[in-house]
Amino acid sequence: MGILDQKFENGNIVITSMDNLLNWARLSSLWGMQFGLACCAIEMMATGASHYDLDRFGTFFRGTPRQSDVMIVAGTVTLKMASRIKVLYDQMSEPRYVISMGSCSNCGGPYWEHGYHVLKGVDRIIPVDVYVPGCPPRPEALMEGLLKLQEKIRGESLAKKKSA
Amino acid sequence: MTPQEIFDALKTAFGDAVIEGKLTGTIDPFIKIAPDKAREIGLFLRDDPRLQFNVLMCLSGMDYAGGKLGVVYHLHSMAHNHKIVLKTEVPSEGGHVSSVESVWKTANWHEREAYDLYGMTFDGHPDMRRILMPYDWQGHPLRKDYQVPEFYNGMKVPY
Repeated sequence: MGILDQKFENGNIVITSMDNLLNWARLSSLWGMQFGLACCAIEMMATGASHYDLDRFGTFFRGTPRQSDVMIVAGTVTLKMASRIKVLYDQMSEPRYVISMGSCSNCGGPYWEHGYHVLKGVDRIIPVDVYVPGCPPRPEALMEGLLKLQEKIRGESLAKKKSA
Repeated sequence: MTPQEIFDALKTAFGDAVIEGKLTGTIDPFIKIAPDKAREIGLFLRDDPRLQFNVLMCLSGMDYAGGKLGVVYHLHSMAHNHKIVLKTEVPSEGGHVSSVESVWKTANWHEREAYDLYGMTFDGHPDMRRILMPYDWQGHPLRKDYQVPEFYNGMKVPY
């Protein structure tokens, strides 16, 4: 898949622009930091398992923020956990992306009205690139979120400032 | 043993510390005890050979409206297969209950939860700190008159 597999007629030489090459490299191997907090973690595990495979997208879960490109925040973000999420997000090196999975990390979810302990949406503390709605989102929905993130990365350019 | 026999055994051993018992007309017959004698009563209930309540099934906090908090203990005996409920009442401000953590170790986390969410202190607990809310949270959330704060550490709390 991708831009390279049709181009190997001329003796294995491919000419492309630096932007395309870098973006293709980044989106084809998005190493995710596993951040399963609550029930969405189960769906994330199901997405990573054999039936809905995430490994075919080049994604597999790393335990440490230092070696990951994307942080999939799956589950309810409590205020107690929020300070830890900020610390871990700051430890990721650029380019870094965030997928917010499920309604709890999108906007507080079912706890929006009476949750005194819930942060209403992880985008109150870290910048989010893709929101995946659902409670919990189906594995296909999380895969669509990942593909949308890949489209977003495909449109990036070295000349433009990356998202912080 | 029937709840009436358990109540009589407690009353003979502790007298005034056992305030009253509601043993009929409820699903769970309960006995009201004085909060500062909870530990001695717990030891007696656990060690007496006729009673042998060796399992504390649950310890919960309560907020009775009108400035009173309470603690509810659900006890079960595996040897005799009987159950009883104990209830205490303390005032909201400065309420002290003696901890039963030395009697049933499971009360360690249950009492931390009751302190975290209601605010009554347990005397004699070795590790009295919050367990569910962040460690520097102000207030006790499950009280009836609790107000959700606007901000916590720079994060907006309400929706």
